[in-house]
Order: sequence, then C-alpha cells, then structure tokens
Amino acid sequence: MSNESLNLANEIRRTALKMVHRANASHIGGAFSMTDILAVMYSEILRLDPAAPKWPERDRFLLSKGHACSAHYAVLGLKGFFDLSELDGYASNGSRFISHTSYHIPGVEFSAGSLGHALPVACGLAVAGKRRQQNWRVYCLVSDGELDEGSNWEAILFAPQQQLDNLILIVDYNKIQSLGFVKDVIDLEPLAEKFTSFGWSVIEINGHDHAEIFESLSTSPEPGKPTVIIAHTVKGKGVDFMENKLLWHYKSPDASQLQEALGQIC
Amino acid sequence: MRTAFINELINLARENERIFLLVADLGFSVVEPFAEEFPTRYLNVGIAEQNMAGIAAGLAMEDYCVFIYSIGNFPTLRCIEQIRNDITYHDLDVKIVAVGGGYSYAALGPSHHTTEELGMMRTIPGLIVCAPGDPDETRMLIRHLVTHRGPAYIRLGKAGEPKVHERLGSEVRIERIGQILPVIQASDSSSIAVFSTGSMLDYCASYLPAHGIMASLYSFPFVKPINREQLLDLFQTYDLIITIEEHQRSAGFGSAVIEMLHDFMTERALSKVPTIRRIAIDDLFISCAGTQSYLREQAGLCLKPEYFQSNEIHRNQHP
Repeated sequence: MSNESLNLANEIRRTALKMVHRANASHIGGAFSMTDILAVMYSEILRLDPAAPKWPERDRFLLSKGHACSAHYAVLGLKGFFDLSELDGYASNGSRFISHTSYHIPGVEFSAGSLGHALPVACGLAVAGKRRQQNWRVYCLVSDGELDEGSNWEAILFAPQQQLDNLILIVDYNKIQSLGFVKDVIDLEPLAEKFTSFGWSVIEINGHDHAEIFESLSTSPEPGKPTVIIAHTVKGKGVDFMENKLLWHYKSPDASQLQEALGQIC
Repeated sequence: MRTAFINELINLARENERIFLLVADLGFSVVEPFAEEFPTRYLNVGIAEQNMAGIAAGLAMEDYCVFIYSIGNFPTLRCIEQIRNDITYHDLDVKIVAVGGGYSYAALGPSHHTTEELGMMRTIPGLIVCAPGDPDETRMLIRHLVTHRGPAYIRLGKAGEPKVHERLGSEVRIERIGQILPVIQASDSSSIAVFSTGSMLDYCASYLPAHGIMASLYSFPFVKPINREQLLDLFQTYDLIITIEEHQRSAGFGSAVIEMLHDFMTERALSKVPTIRRIAIDDLFISCAGTQSYLREQAGLCLKPEYFQSNEIHRNQHP
C-alpha cells in the first residue's frame, strides 16, 4: 500500500470540516468515523471511472448512513467526479449538494437519509449482478445505530439465502447513535456472532487502520456467502475534541474550532 | 384480474427480457407459471415487503423492469417509505401490484381491507396510480405500463371478475397514461354520469341497466394522473356526476376528481360546473365478517335511484 489512502483521508477530513463549518451542518462525527474506510476504498479498492460514473463494469458503492455525506461528497470531489469547488456551496440555497447523499451527484449510486434503506437495494444490485454473471461487486456501508432498523435484518436474512458472495457490507461501528451509546440504546452485541449465525462471512477490523481495511476488502469472499466487515471506529476520529463525543453528531465547528481541527489533521 | 395480470405478464416476459417478478411469499396458484418459465427473472424474497421494495429498486437500477406482487396493504403500506424514497424518488421502473383491492378479502378483516392505499400512493410525486375495472382493463393496462419506464402502483381485485367491457361491447384500448374509458353511453338527453374506478365497475355496469337508469358510465383505470382533456370534456358534458370507489372518502378517486374540478374552476376552464356526489367509505374500519358485497353495503358503497333525480343537480353554480 502507498500513502495515497492516508493522504486522501486527511484531505477528506479537511474538506468535510470546511463544508460543515460553512453550512453550519451536523454529522461531522459520523463522517469522520467512516473516513478512513472511504479513503481506502476510493484509493485502492473500488473499480470506478470518475469520467464515466455510470460505467457498467464499475463496482457499486451505496452509503446507507446518508447523513454522513460530507465525507462521501468530499472523496468524490477529490477523486474528480465533479469540480471540488462545487462543495463550497454545500447545503446552501439551490445547491445540489443537500446534506444527505443524493443520487443526482455524479458517483452517488443511491440517495439515503432515512436509515435502513441501502442494504436491501444493495441486495437487489447483487442479485442482478449474479443473475447476469457480472464481475463487479456491491459494497454497502451502514452505521451501527441503523442496525436497529428491521429492514436491515430482512436483508441480512436474505443475502445468505441467495448466496450473494458479491455483496460486502461494512458496519461503521463507532458505538454512538443519536441519543446515546449503542450499548445503552439497543445493544448490538454479540454482533459478529449474530452475522455468523445468519450465514455471513464475518471480518472484524480496526476501521482506522488502513492496512487492516485494505486487507479485509481485498480478501476473496467465501463462496456462496456475503461478507460483513465490522469496522470498529471512533466517532469524530482525527480531531481530539470530537472523538467519541455524542455532541458532534449534531454540532458544527465554529471558526476557532475549525482552525483547531484543521491543525490536527495533517 | 389476477389471472389476467399473470397471463399478460407471462406474455410480456416472453417478449421483454427486462421483466422480473418479485413476490413476498404470496401468490399461491398464481405466480407458479411465471416462476417455472422464467426462473432467472423470478424471486420469492420471503415475508419481507420492505426488503422486497428495496431489492426491486436495486434490480431496476440494473435496468430490469420489476413487478413486485403481494396482497392487500402488504406491498404498499408496509413499505411505503421504500416506495417513496427508493423506488419513486429514484424514478425506477418498478410496478407495484396489489391483489385484493378494497374489500376483496372481506372476511379476513381490516388488516386485509385495502381501502386507504390509493390516497397514500397518490400523494407520492411521480407515482402513477392505477385501479383497472375488469380483466381486460388489467391486461391492457399492464401491457401499456411496461412501455412506460417509471414507477406505478396497480390495484387489482381478486380472481373471477366478469369481463364488463366484453359484456357491454365497449372497447378497451389503453393508449396513454391517464386515459378514461367509456363503458355505457346513455342517450344525449341524459346529463348524468357515473365515474367508477377499480372493481366497482361490474357493480355499476349491472346496476344502471337493471334499474333502468339513463346514465353514462366511465371507468377510470388511472386514479393518477387522470387525463385532463378527457375529464374537462366530461365535466362540460354532464350536470351530475357520481364517483364511486372502494376506498376511504379522503384522498382517493373522488377526491382526485373534485380537486381537478376545482382547479378547472380556478383556471376558468369551465363554462358550467357539474354537481358531484362522491360514494366512498366514510372514515370507517369495518370489523364484522361478510362477503365483499355485504361489506360494500355496510360501508355505503351503493348506488341509489334517488341519486339520479334531477333535483340532485345544483343549478345555481357559477364557474
């Protein structure tokens, strides 16, 4: 692995910080917890062509936690899917960059916002890929809190039944959801065992270690089984005063917090 | 209607490799011929309608024309957010089919009474909402909708409904979205028409001649959109219009008709304003057992001779 993904992660964080500061927008904590995963995926894993976002042979990536779109838009802009300067208008009047992922943005496959929607859609894509014997893969990134949604568990039951080994689910397990710690709201544990018992191939990683992320995403799938990567992450990762703080699900950095945060990301 | 639906879908699937059928573990003795003939374009997702709607969206993103099929409220109310966000907002080619519209599953109780979904579906932007009146309308509708790439909802009855158009000799030709179909054309002297949607059609087509009532009858296989020019012409032709639907009074077919009437009035597009009586369910759950016709009576879904009296017409209206 090169340093590309590490550099990209820094750029994503810096870009997203400026976006949410300008827009006075929320959800930077959840954007940062998945940033390293995005950085590795977009620099090393996903087969994509920024000049042809609908290239038929591309891998399909669906972000289910659409509220963390600042990091997704940032990586797409940094990879050249659109002019990065467009993000200056993020969440402002008339901008196509709304503060949940929008499929109107080049490189975004699916609009999210309401939780528990992307995984069933990813299953549909994976079925299509299987039925048409395509080589591309389907990646879906969900939050930990949204695993409370029953629709996800319908899909988690479904994917092994259909032997969707072209489907890779990534759980951004930052341990904090909207009103508190996951373990206190609806405890997901034992999460790995749950997925195993449902028939998934399970990999657990440190979701900020780029080598681990790369290795998990590069592993050949177990034939006939969908893969879930449970990525243990830290909400607000990269900025010390944001890390592991529920507040940064909501709060937007003011001017001095922005400068302090940017100073920590280098 | 469900037989007409599946037979036509099989015919279409032979011509069109994009057609894919998803079911949520319902459709016994209906979907099997499709599954046998097109195993790679059929899937039973289990009893999981939210997942079915999401999977349909994913398949449609890969250029399939996906039909999702279940009964009653299951493929609509149970997964309305998936229909709104995943299917319709993304403008995907998914046709949502519900068998058992209205009180088709009368004795099974309110969980199976499909009497609110037209209104719920009607408010979703860009979603075509259909309720064909007989098997031939169903067949023509399905054939036409496959040529239209985009989301649609189709409410069907059950099985064994009579072929109303064939019985009355009226033509069933659906050539555009929103089309209104004439069923009975009364003499020119009559200024009364019944507008029916869904499987109330057979009841109306039987009632009018049986009671010697001189009124025209139109079937509306589309609740949304309704063809504007045709409807405007009917508003200008008739003085009294009775709408009838197996649906709550709120937000359904009759509501759509009076909304359009009001908009025409606002636009000053009308030279006269017809009186409209809406026959619909009056904000009721019905929790007694009974046949479909019994529950329709309980809900007041009946035509009455007095509805057709000339004193029903309020003549002192101005556009």
